[in-house]
Amino acid sequence: MFESKSGVLLVAGLGFFAFAFLSNALVPALMYRDLPEQTTTQLVEKNSNLMYQFENLSHRYPEQFAKHVGEPTQENCAEILELGRRVYTGEGCWHCHSQFVRPVSREEDRWGPVAKTEEYQNELQRPVMFGTRRVGPDLSREGGRRANDWHAVHFFQPTMVSHESPMPSYPWLFEGSPDKPNKRGIALITYVQWLGSWLESYPYYEVFEPTPLPGNKTNEETSESEEQAEDAEVATAE
Amino acid sequence: MIDVQPAERETPRHADLVDERIVLTYFLIALFYLSLSMVAGLLMALQLIRHNPLDGIELLSPGRWRMVHTNVIAYGFLANAFLGALHWSVPRLMLRPVLDWRLSWFILIAWQVVVLGTGVGIVLGPTLQANVSALESLPFALGAQGLEWGETPVWIDPLALAGLLLVAVNFMAPITKSRGPMYVTAWYFMAAFVWTFLTYAMGNFLPQYSLTGTSAGAVGGLFIHDLVGLFVTPLGWGLMYYFVPVMLKKPMWSHGLSLVGFWGLAFFYPLNGIHHFLYTPIPMFLQYGAIVSTIAVEMVVTTVIVNFFATIWGSSRALITNLPIRWFYTGMVFYGITCFQCALQTTLTFQALIHFSDWVVGHAHLVMFGVFSMWLLGIMTYLFPRIWRTEWWSRELCEWHYWLSAVGLFAMALDLTLAGVFQGYYWASLQPWEVSVEGSQPFWVVRVFAGLAMMAGQVCFFVNLYMTWRLSREAGVSRVVPEPQPQAHLATHGTN
Repeated sequence: MFESKSGVLLVAGLGFFAFAFLSNALVPALMYRDLPEQTTTQLVEKNSNLMYQFENLSHRYPEQFAKHVGEPTQENCAEILELGRRVYTGEGCWHCHSQFVRPVSREEDRWGPVAKTEEYQNELQRPVMFGTRRVGPDLSREGGRRANDWHAVHFFQPTMVSHESPMPSYPWLFEGSPDKPNKRGIALITYVQWLGSWLESYPYYEVFEPTPLPGNKTNEETSESEEQAEDAEVATAE
Repeated sequence: MIDVQPAERETPRHADLVDERIVLTYFLIALFYLSLSMVAGLLMALQLIRHNPLDGIELLSPGRWRMVHTNVIAYGFLANAFLGALHWSVPRLMLRPVLDWRLSWFILIAWQVVVLGTGVGIVLGPTLQANVSALESLPFALGAQGLEWGETPVWIDPLALAGLLLVAVNFMAPITKSRGPMYVTAWYFMAAFVWTFLTYAMGNFLPQYSLTGTSAGAVGGLFIHDLVGLFVTPLGWGLMYYFVPVMLKKPMWSHGLSLVGFWGLAFFYPLNGIHHFLYTPIPMFLQYGAIVSTIAVEMVVTTVIVNFFATIWGSSRALITNLPIRWFYTGMVFYGITCFQCALQTTLTFQALIHFSDWVVGHAHLVMFGVFSMWLLGIMTYLFPRIWRTEWWSRELCEWHYWLSAVGLFAMALDLTLAGVFQGYYWASLQPWEVSVEGSQPFWVVRVFAGLAMMAGQVCFFVNLYMTWRLSREAGVSRVVPEPQPQAHLATHGTN
């Protein structure tokens, strides 16, 4: 058997491979068979954190949003999320940013709750985006941590908001300037805001408390200053 | 050349067994992809030290070219070079030609379509899909697939799988026609043909179309690992078991150890995959299983290395005089280091610190370049003069090629390993993220120069190659390298 064709082909080639597949891949698949895979539509439904960010995008970049997305509805959000995942994969973001928080190395303190299986049972984790390298931080708790315009500027030119960042710039997600994200730009921001938006404690460590700026303001300005306040808070938190 | 056993029939002529043009074509294509991958690596390295002169150009995005870097080295360089080496070694070992020459050439072209499609898909796919409205609504991405080492766009996967099947059919023909117990090399090759096909199918299709979440992550881990362990490793060792005895003109030291090595690897290697995703939500008992099997593999590997070093015992001067042998054994030393490192880093203690860091990147370079690329470059150093019937134009350039590659690679691996430890402690100490990036800068600068040394080594090789080719074209050059004759069942059994 050990030197024969049938031994090598059937036992080593097929048999051992099948044994490894059954024990290492089929076992977890069977263990989690009762956890249904959620569709993107299901992910968007009742996710007010995500819808808040999506609407915010439509207010912040009204022209761009109307042109590329239309109305900030749940259907559009689901579609944009899928595009966002495609951009995230195609640009190779996942090679420098992981999407799971480990129970070691004080990662809970840095990012938030340790990753759970349920978080990955959905269409947007197909194939799953665990990642194996962190040049930049983990992103699975990134949603809601920073404002949409922070992300826009950061994608356009990372060093504008994070001075020593080695991250490449992605000007092709914009129409010339950081306040004009194109469809892919809006999609990627939505995707990043989705990451972690399913958690109850969202955003994990920053409680959103608008601090009004001095002076009289119209309603529109108020909402704007809230965003700025949020940004300022993010900046101090870092 | 010696015959350990009398040939069972008259030894066929070399020209009837080996199509040297196809070996040559595969090698030259492989070297083209090696250069491409190195340039892509340089781009990413420059980006990390914030000196990328091409930042902001969509088609030269380091994010996309990082995937080109890894995919081209796996499918462009290693696969093509392996196919070339297989076209030389399988017919000469089995004393029978491959199934069909036309099939061989068809595979050669089809495989280049796969590799080019992968590169073009990764680089151009996302751009095309965003700008051509007809492509935008496609149900799948034209660009990379979200699977590490399997970024091959989904639309190429079926073609790649068909190609792997044809490769298996073409090379299994001479193997199945031979009778009796097989030599070690044939075990590794046969298993590799089955494993590569299964691994590719498992990794590229299951997480994409059927499994999700954690179980897909488990399959992803198996794929990452099996690609190295069940495609690259068995082909690499199979070639070593063929070329080392041929060149040292003596059989392997121990046939028993060869058996232990093959069967141990075959059993334990496929069980390792999940060690790429330790501390994920994958069930803990599966993680423990992967760790234990990994450590078992390292023990098996030790027997293989012992066998090879015992084989060269008494002929160690070949390490100085015989360049291919030096490439091979250097690769084996790096293999030993890699596996020792792996036995440590797979433990949960090490993982807590070094996972996600450059330690892993250093480890990957040590395996992919330090071991398998070194072996293949050694095989090329051996075969080019034989195919062209001309000695190397410059022995000195061969030496430069070796030393720049080996030292550059070792410097890079050491540098990145050390960087990984620093990064791990920066992260665990909860300092701001930027501190870890700043702290990595010196290591990343060193990495650029180590990489440049490796590239310079290849430039020496290309110059030497070109001059040797020119020399071979000149009329009246004495054919210093004799016409190679196949050895009938060389080293079927060892002395022990």
